[in-house]
Order: sequence, then C-alpha cells, then structure tokens
Amino acid sequence: MRKRMSESETTVQSGRGFWRDKALWRSRWLRSGGFLCRKGARLLLLLLGVSAAAFFLVSLSPVDPLQTNVGQAALGSMSQEQIARLRSYWGADTPPLQGYAAWLRGALSGDLGTSLLYRRPVLSVMGEKLKNSLWLTAAAWLLSGAGGFALGTLAGAKQGTQADRVITGAALLLSGTPAFFLALLLLSVFSVQLGWLPVGLSVPIGMAAEQVGLGHRLVHAVLPGLCLSLSGMPNILLQVREKMLQVMESDFVLFARARGDSWRAVAVRHGLRNVALPALTLQFASVGEILGGSVLVEQVFSYPGLGQAAVTAGLGGDVPLLLGITVASASLVFCGNLMADVLYGIVDPRMRKAGGLL
Amino acid sequence: MKTRQRDNCQRDNRRAKTLAGIVLICVLLFAISAAGMLWKEEALVADFSEKNLPPCGAHWFGTDFMGRDMLVRTVTGLSLSIRLGVLTALVSAAFAAVLGIGAAVLGRAADAVVSWLIDLMLGIPHILLLILISYGLGKGFFGVAAGIALTHWTSLARLLRGEVLQLAESRFVQMARKLGHGPGYIARIHMLPHLLPQLFTGLILLFSHAVLHEASITFLGFGLAPEQPAIGIILSESMQYLSMGYWWLGLFPGGLLVLVILLFFWLGRSVCALLDPASAHL
Repeated sequence: MRKRMSESETTVQSGRGFWRDKALWRSRWLRSGGFLCRKGARLLLLLLGVSAAAFFLVSLSPVDPLQTNVGQAALGSMSQEQIARLRSYWGADTPPLQGYAAWLRGALSGDLGTSLLYRRPVLSVMGEKLKNSLWLTAAAWLLSGAGGFALGTLAGAKQGTQADRVITGAALLLSGTPAFFLALLLLSVFSVQLGWLPVGLSVPIGMAAEQVGLGHRLVHAVLPGLCLSLSGMPNILLQVREKMLQVMESDFVLFARARGDSWRAVAVRHGLRNVALPALTLQFASVGEILGGSVLVEQVFSYPGLGQAAVTAGLGGDVPLLLGITVASASLVFCGNLMADVLYGIVDPRMRKAGGLL
Repeated sequence: MKTRQRDNCQRDNRRAKTLAGIVLICVLLFAISAAGMLWKEEALVADFSEKNLPPCGAHWFGTDFMGRDMLVRTVTGLSLSIRLGVLTALVSAAFAAVLGIGAAVLGRAADAVVSWLIDLMLGIPHILLLILISYGLGKGFFGVAAGIALTHWTSLARLLRGEVLQLAESRFVQMARKLGHGPGYIARIHMLPHLLPQLFTGLILLFSHAVLHEASITFLGFGLAPEQPAIGIILSESMQYLSMGYWWLGLFPGGLLVLVILLFFWLGRSVCALLDPASAHL
C-alpha cells in the first residue's frame, strides 16, 4: 500500500505519468463539469439581462414604426380599422412588460418571433444572413488576429528600428480611421478607380442563384474581408507590441542575451511564449469588435449579412429582428470569452491548477 | 557633471516640447470648432451654378451636388463632432467616476451590480448597443449624445474601481486608518491625488472614441437629421456619388475626421506622459 502511494506520487510529479493518472482525470472531469455549469448559468443570466435591457430600451422608443414604414401619406388615406390592425402588427399597442413576457416565452421554446420587415421567422432571416457573413467575419477575425500578433511581436522585438516605427505608425493611423471610412477608401480605389473588384453585394447582380459559384462569392468578399481585418488589426497589434516591450525589458531576456543567445532565439523562445497568453485573450475578446465592425463594413459594401440586417432592423423599427440579432451577438461574444478561458489552460500549464477547464 | 547638465537640458526641452504640442493641439481643435460655429449658416448655402466642382482655388475641397462648399461643410461637421465628443466624454467620465468608485467603496452588493452592468454592456458589440440606445431614445441629436455618453464609461469605471481597491489595500491607507483618520480625509488626501490623473487621462482618451463612434452611428443613419452638416452624413452622402468618380466628396472630409481623431489621441498620450510619474521625465 505504502509502495503504491509513493509510486503514484512519483508519477504525478514526472510529467508524462500525470496524464495516465485516472483519479486525477476523474477529478478534473468533475471540475470541468462544474466549470461548464457555472459558465452556462452565467450565459443564461447574461442573455436574460441583455434581452430585457434591449427590450425595454426599444419599447421606450418614441419612433413610431407606422410613420417610418408606412408613411404619413398612406396612413392618412387609411380607415381607423386598418390603422388599428397595422398597429397591432407592429406591436405598437402591447404594453412592454406583457410584450417581453410573450417574447421570452417564445424564445425559451426556440421561437424568436417573426421579423416585421422580412415577414419571415426571425431565426430563418438570421440564419440566412449569418450564412453570408459568418465566413466573412470568421476570416477577418483570424486574419486580423494573426496579422496583429505577427506584426505586434515583430515591432515589439525590434523596438526603435525603422520597421517598428513604420508598423506602429500605420497601426496608430488605422486605429484612428473609422471602419466605414476605410471601407469607402478601399471601395473608391479598388472598385471605382481601378475597377478590379465589384462595388458591392455578395453575388453578381442579375445572376440566378444556381449560377453563382464560389469564385463569385470570394471576389465579392475580398474587399469587405480586407477592410474588416485591417480595422480589427491595430488594437491587437498595439497591445501585443506593448506586452512584447515589457517582456524584452525583463531580467530573463537580459540574461538570455548576456548568455549569448541570438536576438531571434530570444524573441521566439522567450518573447512569443510570454506574449501568447495576452494575445489569445485579446483575440477572443475581439469577437465583439469584429461583429461591430461588420455592421459598418457590410453597410458600405451593401453586403447582405447580419450587420446590415441589424441596421435595417434598427432604422425600420423591426423589434423582433433587432432583439434576435442582439441576443445572438451577445452569445457569440460570451462564447469568445469562454474559449479564451478554456484555451488558457491548454496553452499555459501554470493556469491548469487555477481551476480552469482541463 | 557636464553630461548631467546636458541631460537636464534635454529633459526640459522634451517636457517643453510635449507641453507645446498639447497647446498647439488644443488651439487647432478649438479653431476648428469655432470656425464651424461661425460658418453654420454658410454651410447650408447652395449654389446650383457651381455644383459637383472638383477641388479648385475657390473651393479647396470642391462642391457637392447642391453646389455647397465642402470645406465649409466639413469644418462645420467636425465642429459639431468635436463639441459633441467633448460633451459626451465628460458625461461618460462622470458616470465612470461615480460607478467605478461607488463599486469599490459601497460594499459587495454595489460591486456586484456595477460589475454585472459592465459585463452586460461589454457583452453587446458597441455599435449594436449604440443602435439600440439611439433607437430607444428616438434617434436624432439626443439619441446619439445619450448613446455615446451611456456606453463609454465601462472600461474607465473598471480601471478606477481596480485602482481604488488597490489603494484601499495599500500600506499608507491602512496606516492612515490606524491613525484614526476618517474615510473622508483618506479619500481626499490619500486617494484623490492618485485617481485624478487616471480620470483625467481616461477622459481625454475617451474624446477620440466618442468622436469616432459619433461619426459611425451618424453614418449609419441613426444620428442627426440629413440636412445637418454632420461628418457622418457628409460621408454617407458621398457614398452615392462615389461610383461617378466624385472622390473629393469623401476623401477630404474623412481625412480631416481621421486627423481630428488622431489629434485627440495625441493629446491624451501627451497629457498622460506628463501626468504619469513613471514617465514624467519622458
């Protein structure tokens, strides 16, 4: 008995045995189960808060959906009954608390209501729009993260050099440029002046849906994707550079340099490893920013994605669609942060003890 | 001895340079906002005999489809953006101070409420939140102003909360407590000197965000009325003429907008460098 205990102790201490120990694995699974339950409860609470806040905000609105969508002239020529029917269609006559209760009851059974502008279930509208913008935003998210990380570490490791100055300067300039203005510039240079790329939309105009190939879609997504990646990059880049500067000023880097390690070896072995964790947090926290940026960029490029639907819903007073998009993007942002938490443990062994997943 | 003198000289020079930069930026921003207020009427003057002119001597930024001078319109729009940005950033910083310090001081319940509120606001993409608030408050000037003021306090509040919590744990505050000083005295003598620079730089860095988001939300059509010369409206109008090759309608107003945002950003960085003891020597 004594012998076995000491055996298991040694296996725990030696790195490889650690993964074979069954008791440890079981406790870890239990712990990660608890972790997921806690996070799930937090998500539910957050979504409840977000939807309630959004609902009451929208119900406060003095904007009359009938005035915006039907128009004063058309309203004037209608009978009282017709107006009353329209009012109940746009939900203008339900008190907010009752409306929210009805919405919540529907949402819990998987029905987010019917979009008032598209006259289809909100879920199907969102699914269609998401299909358009998912690849766009995902590609832009990965590109901005990878580009920001690579250029940020490079600039930080080569502080004060010409390369650092150019990269940092460009990042600062980009961070002060609104995403929609960047989109306008790209559009006027590449589509209007040079004529290389299409002006907007996600597919060619006047082409039947069956004829649209992957190539058409890709060509239409180049400029919005580029714009979205560029506008998301400076934030990650500048913060990664800042972290890299801290690392390069540390004692262990000084020691490594004194030992005779080359600059490249120091940057890769000490710099990258220490910057990876904050960079990962930044990358997953930037989900919200990319989603927000996609609202502006899709609007400029008339790209029929989720962001453009949000603007249409907001301008037209389509409350169910606006609520659906808000709740969906809040869950996406939450999942981004959750992924960061989970990946911490995988990337950094020191964090595993702190009670994360894995 | 000599080297130290030279060092001192250089240091003073840099401090002076930073100060001069701050003054210059303030003068520039003030000049733009003043010029815009003076040109309020001229920005609406249309002259159909001079429509869609490219940049020339009489109209540096060209004219638009109604023959309105784009330079005048741009400066008027920027002036509005600057004033709105300063106003909303001030309100936002006040929110941040009250909520951040309140969360740290008023006990666990208040802390939980404020932290949850911050999580809630950061959980929705910023632009979407702006759309929701400005729709809820009826779009227009008030909707935009309230939207920006209500959404920018979160990170500064978090920062201040952390700072107060850290200060409360520090040796000198605990010692002051043991010496019998009341909370009011401690807050005034020991905490405020640490918090004010943070609040001040946070406020100035908020300006550029506020201006950027004001332009964005106005561009989407949630902001000011279409006849008002706001920078977002100018840019969204220019989009319709982009394919006709009227590039000056978008390039110059947008470029100046970027310049103003960067000016605010540099202002914040310079003030931060001067106020922060760790970098006060530059």
